[in-house]
Amino acid sequence: MKPEDVVITTEDLRVWYGTAGDPVRAVDGVSFELRAGEILGLVGESGCGKSTLGRGLLGLMPDGAERDGRLLFRDKDMLTLKRREQIALRGRELGLIFQEPLTRLNPLMRISEHFSETLKAHERGITKDQIEHRSLEALRLMGIPPTRYKAFPHEFSGGMRQRLMIALTLVLRPSFVVADEPTTALDVLVEAQIIRMLHDLRDTYETSLLLITHNLGIIAEACDRVAVMYAGRIVEIGDAKTVFRDPQHPYTRELLRSTISLRTTGLNYIEGAPPDLSDPPPGCRFHPRCPDAMEVCAVRVPEPRQQPNGSRTECWAADQANGLVTLTEDERIPLAKEVIAVADEA
Amino acid sequence: MPTKPETPTTGTTTGTDDVVRISDLDVHFALQGSALARLLGRRGRTVKAIDGVNLGLRRGEVLGLVGESGSGKTTLGRAVLGLVPSTAGSITYHGRDRGEVVVSELAGRELRRLRTDMQMVFQDPGAALNPGMTIEEAVGHPLVIHRGLKGEELRGRVAAALEKVGLAPVERYLSKYPADLSGGQKQRAVIARAIILEPEVVIADEPVSMLDMSVRAKILQLMLDLKDELQLTYVYITHDLASAKYVCDRIAIMYLGRIVEIGPTQEIFDNPRHPYTQALLKAIPEPDPDRMVPRDLPRGEIPDAAEPPLGCSFHPRCPQAVAECGWESRDLRALLEEHWTRNPEATYGAERDMVGDLDKLDKPELSAHVGTKDAAGTLALLNRIKAEKPDEPFWRGVETLEEDGNGVAITFTEPTDPALRRAGGVDVACVLYPDPAD
Repeated sequence: MKPEDVVITTEDLRVWYGTAGDPVRAVDGVSFELRAGEILGLVGESGCGKSTLGRGLLGLMPDGAERDGRLLFRDKDMLTLKRREQIALRGRELGLIFQEPLTRLNPLMRISEHFSETLKAHERGITKDQIEHRSLEALRLMGIPPTRYKAFPHEFSGGMRQRLMIALTLVLRPSFVVADEPTTALDVLVEAQIIRMLHDLRDTYETSLLLITHNLGIIAEACDRVAVMYAGRIVEIGDAKTVFRDPQHPYTRELLRSTISLRTTGLNYIEGAPPDLSDPPPGCRFHPRCPDAMEVCAVRVPEPRQQPNGSRTECWAADQANGLVTLTEDERIPLAKEVIAVADEA
Repeated sequence: MPTKPETPTTGTTTGTDDVVRISDLDVHFALQGSALARLLGRRGRTVKAIDGVNLGLRRGEVLGLVGESGSGKTTLGRAVLGLVPSTAGSITYHGRDRGEVVVSELAGRELRRLRTDMQMVFQDPGAALNPGMTIEEAVGHPLVIHRGLKGEELRGRVAAALEKVGLAPVERYLSKYPADLSGGQKQRAVIARAIILEPEVVIADEPVSMLDMSVRAKILQLMLDLKDELQLTYVYITHDLASAKYVCDRIAIMYLGRIVEIGPTQEIFDNPRHPYTQALLKAIPEPDPDRMVPRDLPRGEIPDAAEPPLGCSFHPRCPQAVAECGWESRDLRALLEEHWTRNPEATYGAERDMVGDLDKLDKPELSAHVGTKDAAGTLALLNRIKAEKPDEPFWRGVETLEEDGNGVAITFTEPTDPALRRAGGVDVACVLYPDPAD
């Protein structure tokens, strides 16, 4: 991999929300790289910091939120870049696809007007012909016929509207796009169509994509790599096929097991709920819910370590099983579990 | 012009031990037309949310109603409870101790009494609970309304119900408000409220789709446990075939207000017969690293129920459609538009002028005319489109294609609107399966 191929680099990235009490550490020390044309899936339960991370990468945080650590877009340091320059990057280089297309399209504007507004705002001096040409090309790639160019948003079906939103993001040819649950509101068949289109994107544009979803099936079908997030940290990251075939972190394994798929023969679930991010548990944050927890997990935070299968994991149990660390006998004692009541479930 | 439906020949969907029997049910909603149309007394269009459904709900089973949004599955569930008025047909409830009542004819007090026998679990637990009521009030409310309970007796019954759904220790939840609970806990409270009157039938409308992945299985397991404990009969409404596979005994696949396939769960999954069922199964994203994104998915989306396609409603998206599936002028427009999404802008510019007005293709007709002046050119264009994708099912339905004055005239095969017929262990509404009655 050539270094110039890396589009996004984060090292120990944090996004904290200020509150009246303790700060909420929604993203708390996240490191990963995203290469050009790569699709990285980001998965985890609600409240694990997925959306905060996605928006944090683009600098779209609410008031009272702060970023810290290191975040590079190509070679630009996004955390020290002037606000004006950051804004200039949005749209042209950094894109965002929202979950609910209908609320993001102006009902009084034709599709053609949405495109010309977007293009004019980001590319000064673009001609009318170029606008039409670029828009029709983006629409065609998303499977929307040119006959609908002058139509209004309400004349489109739900799936088409989401494709319109994607086309509106891609018409600016950004190098990095965050897609936050882009298919959650859609039906299975339409969802599959859109996943296929996102999957094919890199053939046309050199776009890197961060695909946020809670649906592990979508990750398996569309992504090259997958990052599993729990309580503000990436607990496992690696090649999607490897992670799914050979999950190293118990959280990944349990998430896979609790997914109801066509091959499900028994119902499984993870006891308890993700922790309050203003006061996460000590040691490994997953230890109160973890079936493999040992004494060490409750006291010491596991280091991110490369496992033999290539995935990077933060887990004492995986490290121990793969001989990466030597734990004392006391540290290896299975953790006495407090009974998790329904009171703590998600 | 609507196609005349074939007369259904199967009586197999209703049996003797049915707790609810639905016969030829129609639920139509009138759309408000324009002000002028109303002034002139013209009737607006109607949406056929449910269009001639026959169904028996057997005592003690879990029946799945599966389909995309707009397929009518929620409307059907609500109609069973009398929450939406039926336009035609009947819904009969055969109670354990109340005997037979025709739900579709009930109103007022009688309808309210039905709530003690049939209850509903809603999709969004956040919206189904009154934010101003504590869990104790919300769960006990049905007892106050229907049984007039109060004081210790009421509190005891509420506590028992909460315990049944796993909200224990009960004292921790009684005085909580919905906002204090997580999604899974709220759904447990909604389920407690549904079972507190000891109903016979529970209709669960997407009970887990708003919940986190990690807790879905837990809520489904709770529902299955309650079913055994309280001898319930469930209607499980969902768009998620994977969960339906796990919880249902029988599954009805719905599309645009009709049941297109119904049968035992095992048979539906082992041997999906309707092309729509096959497509749904193929489209489910599986967490399987060895599976690739499927390429041959049906195009488009569920059509407008106010103007359904001729013949079989699924034919415009169906990869296996044949001549009599209902090909019509609107499919020609879709074909042209699809051709233009595959070709560069310049081609579109030139061909668009040749084809002329597309809006006149928007009516369901068995004949169509395209072209403005260059008849030979238009015919050549259509033949070119055909050559691009010779396997396109649309061409199977084209009866004649010839030059006609300034353009091209096309006629389509007379459509068949398939009724449910027996095929193997299931009933399926598709012309690919010959009707054994014929």
